[in-house]
Amino acid sequence: MKSSVITFPGSNCDRDMDVALKKFGFKNKMVWHADAELPKSDLVVLPGGFSYGDYLRCGSMASKSKIMHSVINFANSGGMVMGICNGFQILVETGLVPGVLLRNKYLEFICKNVFVKINDKKNKYFKNVNNDVLEFHIAHNEGNYFCTNDQLKEIEDNNQIAINYCDENGKIEDQFNPNGSIKNIAGIFNKEKNVLGMMPHPERMIDASLSGEDGSLFFKNLINNLK
Amino acid sequence: MIVNEQVAVDHGLKKEEYAKICELLKRSPNITELGIFSAMWNEHCSYKSSRLHLKKLPTKGKKVIQGPGENAGVIDIEDNDAIVFKIESHNHPSFIEPYQGAATGVGGIMRDVFTMGARPIANLNSIHFGSPQNKKTKNLLRGVVHGIGGYGNCMGVPTIAGQTSFDSSYNGNILVNAMTLGLVKKDKIFYSKAAGLNKPVIYVGSKTGRDGIHGASMASASFDEKIEEKKPTVQVGDPFTEKLLLEACLELMAGDSIIAIQDMGAAGLTSSSIEMASKGNLGIEINLNKVPCRETKMTPYEIMLSESQERMLIVLENGKEEQAKKIFDKWNLDFAVIGKTTKSKKIELYFDEEKVADIPVNTLVENSPMYDRKWKKAKLPKKNKIKKEDLKHLKIIDVLKKILANPNVCSKEWIWQQYDHTVMGDTIQKPGGDSGVVRVHGTDKAVAASVDSSAIYCWAHPLTGGKQVVCESFRNLISVGAKPIAITNCLNFGSPENEENMGEFVECVQGIGEASEYLKFPVVSGNVSFYNQTKEEGIKPTPAIGGVGLLKNYQNMTTMDFKEVDNLVLVIGKTEGHIDQSLFARNILDEKNGPPPEVNLFNEKNNGETLLKLIDNNLIKSAHDVSLGGIITAVSKMCIKGKKGINIKKPKYLINEIEYFFAEDQGRYIIEINKKDFKKVADILHKNAVHFDELGTINENELYINDKTKVTIDELSTSNKSWLTNYMSK
Repeated sequence: MKSSVITFPGSNCDRDMDVALKKFGFKNKMVWHADAELPKSDLVVLPGGFSYGDYLRCGSMASKSKIMHSVINFANSGGMVMGICNGFQILVETGLVPGVLLRNKYLEFICKNVFVKINDKKNKYFKNVNNDVLEFHIAHNEGNYFCTNDQLKEIEDNNQIAINYCDENGKIEDQFNPNGSIKNIAGIFNKEKNVLGMMPHPERMIDASLSGEDGSLFFKNLINNLK
Repeated sequence: MIVNEQVAVDHGLKKEEYAKICELLKRSPNITELGIFSAMWNEHCSYKSSRLHLKKLPTKGKKVIQGPGENAGVIDIEDNDAIVFKIESHNHPSFIEPYQGAATGVGGIMRDVFTMGARPIANLNSIHFGSPQNKKTKNLLRGVVHGIGGYGNCMGVPTIAGQTSFDSSYNGNILVNAMTLGLVKKDKIFYSKAAGLNKPVIYVGSKTGRDGIHGASMASASFDEKIEEKKPTVQVGDPFTEKLLLEACLELMAGDSIIAIQDMGAAGLTSSSIEMASKGNLGIEINLNKVPCRETKMTPYEIMLSESQERMLIVLENGKEEQAKKIFDKWNLDFAVIGKTTKSKKIELYFDEEKVADIPVNTLVENSPMYDRKWKKAKLPKKNKIKKEDLKHLKIIDVLKKILANPNVCSKEWIWQQYDHTVMGDTIQKPGGDSGVVRVHGTDKAVAASVDSSAIYCWAHPLTGGKQVVCESFRNLISVGAKPIAITNCLNFGSPENEENMGEFVECVQGIGEASEYLKFPVVSGNVSFYNQTKEEGIKPTPAIGGVGLLKNYQNMTTMDFKEVDNLVLVIGKTEGHIDQSLFARNILDEKNGPPPEVNLFNEKNNGETLLKLIDNNLIKSAHDVSLGGIITAVSKMCIKGKKGINIKKPKYLINEIEYFFAEDQGRYIIEINKKDFKKVADILHKNAVHFDELGTINENELYINDKTKVTIDELSTSNKSWLTNYMSK
């Protein structure tokens, strides 16, 4: 399986994603933001970081960068595109997934482990994951997902919510919502479910010495689903 | 502008210093030259009050590749890997403008590290605030934490450990010390020594603006009621540009075009150019019209004294300019050839085709003032006699809960959750443990780092306090299974012109020196911050020690959380019942006098090294050093972290329970072992003449003392975790 990780000048989780993808069998290429062409890929990842500094709305400048034209075309033709953290912010700015990401409710950066419940398994990202609840890691300042009521209805009708913040037993309640996201949304798909944007970083959970191993579970499953 | 003695005094120079400048130049300086002298001769850059004493610190060792004098210290961690590290203060700016002050402190120290060719792999910080009741404290704390996070998070460097304290002596002068560790190949370390004639001098990074002019001078003076006016001297940080600068510099460093490189930190273009020339015994000629400026009509004076951030100065090999420029273009950074090296041994500046400065480099560096300030030796205070009846009414669990909720002991999760501590995917011990630990990417090795200070002990007796901080750093590294290698120090003191403050400095440095010599834990880098003082009121002496250690195999790392029910818990090191200056004495008995706990270097070394042996033999399930709040506080934290309880039996030798549990005697650790290993562990401890107590056995979820008093771990955890969150949300 071939993957590509896009490096924007301020990306800082690009190496971590590269390490994770390779660990679970992807042949990964790093792609520079100023390139026009996307290499042939089964999966494109927009990694975490601060793309162009994000002094403007997070991800807004990156969504207009050269490589993103190719990424958008790739997504629109059914290609698998996953945006993590800043990558998710970029995806909402391109409109590939609905909604926006606001500043965290308590106005503070949060770095910690969280639990997420998988809402939908009829997609290539979460199909065949045995667990319903995964322990992931978040590290962000702007992860407060928001959308209009109409959008929310559409998202729910189409089953586009990928994961919700919850407790270790899968209970989705306000107290387990780290950033104020509407409906505890931690990740969301486009209608066709080939594009996934999520705040948690599975690439930081890939061996027992780190924060946990549920990221390994996610990547192992992902590569099998793509085969 | 006409330069005279008054103008010099307004620049923070003393009258005698101005006279010396005129004598060295054999004329009076012009305003640009005066600005340069004031920047180079202030306390912050010249170390004029501290140099004499810093020379006495042990700085050499088998593992030391580079000691003090470069941008940062460098130590050998084998296999051609080296760690570059340093701690630096950004106290004055952080009080004036907490967000930017702290942010640029973090930015500055990272630049010091990657200037040497190392990719930063971990950040730490030591931050100190006034009393929680002081009306400024909350906003300063919030601003500093946001600033540290804002910069480090954007750079993608994990903040893995730190220290926060509150004391009323910081009401008017908070402390913000930032430390960075970087990883470099031993044969790819870059230095700031220029070499060769007619080599191009290159400016890269951000453009120069008017921010931070006189920052270093501001940091070399006490505060008064006019501090608000100093806001423009605080630099403004741009972490995104620094990230670009980091990547661009590392890309350029992969080749062989750099002769010398130096970041523009305190005193900006002035100190960077002069340091490179001075180390290379050369001159440098700069055309200031070529310096990329953010604002129009900047004068030579402003360009030379600006402390705009995210800039570097490079001496390049001839003919490599184009190749280097390409890299900086790729990263959208300014790149300008602004001058060249010369044989004049002078710093010569041109602006609008006129020579605006002409100063021999040695007058700025070697001939800079050095003072042997008067200082007062501190007396060891008399021990207090604690009256039994004072202790009688105390209920041990109530005291314990109070101590766990004390601002200086409580959980600092509210702070470190705002720092990205897991980016780079190698953080194997997060904040909240004894040391932060990161793996050396792609290897079995890991590096541990901790930052410590004990202002109360240093204030009570500077010599003992100085020794104690080094020992505490040593213990924190050993507690995670790392072999301590070297330290960096950030020496935060009041005014050196005050004999008592100067005495605190001299004796703390002596203590640090003695301990680091004995423990073979040399000082490889550091920074001095004097004048942490508002009017006549100075801070408590606060030397912060950043320690770095190595784990050859990261799988051997230990953590402090209790692991398994029925395991045994031992105390390593002897408890003598030293209560004076303990958290217990100061906060529960309200007794603020007396000596700090004695430091026995032999025991420190022996206890620590023996524990390392136990860890290497896989006999230790968890470990934690005993510090503030004594044995019971240390054990409670291990319970809280591991979500386990303990049945404690107080050993018979110290009659008084309170003394046994709350004393702050040094050189002690709590360890957890499997019952079946007891004999092996006891044998090793006996063989090495290490005293130990059997303290108790781990249980499910309660802390029992001598079978009669108990409390649930949940209750202790609430005491420990709620203070800071409640304080900040009020």
